[in-house]
Amino acid sequence: MLLAVGAALLLPMSARSSEITVVGSTTVQPLAELLAEAYQAVNPGVIITVSGGGSSVGVTSAGNGLCDVGMASREIKESERQEFPSMAIHVIARDGIAIVTNPGVGVTNLSKSQVRDIFTGDITNWSEVGGPDQDIVVVSREEGSGTRAAFEEMVMEGVFLITGAAVLQPSNGAVVTTVASTPYSIAYISFGYMNESVAAVSVNGIAPTAANASAGRYPIVRPLCMLTPGTPQGDVKAWLDFIMSPDGQAIVSDEGYLPVQ
Amino acid sequence: MTGTVSARGRMKRLTDSAMGLVLLGSALVSVTIVLLIGLFTLKEALPAFRDIGLVRLLTGTEWRPGQDLYGLFAMIAGSVLVTLGAIVLGLPLALGCAVFLAEVAPAWVRAVVKPSIELLAGIPSVVFGLFGMVVLVPMVRGIDVPGNAGFGLLSASMVLAVMILPTIASVAEVALRSVPEEYRQGSLALGATRWETLRRVTVPAARSGMLAAVVLGLGRALGETIAMIMVIGNAVMMPEAATSNPLTIFLSRARTLTGNIAVEINYATGLHAAALFATGVVLFVLIMIVNASARALLASGMRRG
Repeated sequence: MLLAVGAALLLPMSARSSEITVVGSTTVQPLAELLAEAYQAVNPGVIITVSGGGSSVGVTSAGNGLCDVGMASREIKESERQEFPSMAIHVIARDGIAIVTNPGVGVTNLSKSQVRDIFTGDITNWSEVGGPDQDIVVVSREEGSGTRAAFEEMVMEGVFLITGAAVLQPSNGAVVTTVASTPYSIAYISFGYMNESVAAVSVNGIAPTAANASAGRYPIVRPLCMLTPGTPQGDVKAWLDFIMSPDGQAIVSDEGYLPVQ
Repeated sequence: MTGTVSARGRMKRLTDSAMGLVLLGSALVSVTIVLLIGLFTLKEALPAFRDIGLVRLLTGTEWRPGQDLYGLFAMIAGSVLVTLGAIVLGLPLALGCAVFLAEVAPAWVRAVVKPSIELLAGIPSVVFGLFGMVVLVPMVRGIDVPGNAGFGLLSASMVLAVMILPTIASVAEVALRSVPEEYRQGSLALGATRWETLRRVTVPAARSGMLAAVVLGLGRALGETIAMIMVIGNAVMMPEAATSNPLTIFLSRARTLTGNIAVEINYATGLHAAALFATGVVLFVLIMIVNASARALLASGMRRG
């Protein structure tokens, strides 16, 4: 409280500029950049620099105090919580992971265990899940990607391994392009990247829509987190408050993610 | 230098030695940079060599950083096979180009063809990759073999074949052009035809230079990254033939050593990062072997020429 008052008193006197460094998940990065731009537009004294590195980098950087804010696009692991007990976790949005196929496949619904068996390589032909008699081409993300980590945790239950024969593409965008152009292919992508070039599959009969995900019906939803080394203060707190405000959450939903407020 | 030392002479000598020092300095800087990069990569890779072990790293076929499995053999196989494929597809074309430019083409044709080949060398690799992704991959997908998705060694080899073409063609052409004119004239004077001269005299005389061109192309192929990531599928698997026809091994997806680093380094920490640096060391050694053989070939060619 005192700090806030002090900052409010100091601000008008000196055109003081302060810097917030944000590091981590490449899924959260574009969203964080937009949230930073919007905040800086009304608070010109604050400079927010956002860079990537991946969710794990976000967690360790924030935990070790190497940055002001870390970004992670998955649940924070129990081991990470124990390693950095004072780290504060702020869920700023949620993101569904959609299962998509090439439009030519024609399969509109899969059970979660069918999805799992397709990605482990146990189901290799579309006819086994009600599709045409064609080999399935599995497309996946690279090891370490937050989207892959979230998919492995929620669909592969943390134990089943994604088949080594999967075509790997290093970004959500490249995955969408590959699925759109490869007949009989299947992949998982962030809701924000869904478009009409790929066909979305319902999981357990639930369509991957923002409404279903917000209502808790859609089964594959992950949190997008901002992490601070301790309880946020000063400009960092003000920025995080802005993110959780209606204005900030409006940006979240404009980008295709699920607001948390 | 004579015994008399005029002021001007001294000045000249000073400039000479100063220039010598500057040039020596630049040479040393380049050597130091190579050494530093090598040492840095090695230092970062050290935990991987220590904790995983050289043998398991080189012979393991499973690469699953999440499960602490770090085997590079599938990637080594991927890199070697794709390079082999590129050489098989690209070499006849490149050497054909070189012979045509050096021995057959009239001056005006040369003036058109040579710059076009050099232009090929200037196209960024990502553009080759894009071309491969939207044109070659769908084409290769048309081959009816189970599991063939278009992404794989064949598409990658085709892209690489075009990428190494300018390197091989221009070095081989220089080698052919440096064969003394007297050799050709002598052969022709003895009654040999142009084709016989080319086959029996010119090409054998330029052989070591042409071999060096091939080896340089190999090095270029091994180091290519982004274009490979875009078309090879990046799956960590031992390439294998899908049918009884062994050639279908080229329809298999694979990952190159370079691709392994580029795809995963963004997210890697700890042992995973060290294993990626170890991938770099393996690549470094492979390319060193290739370049050393190129140098040896060039040197033996010079001794004879």
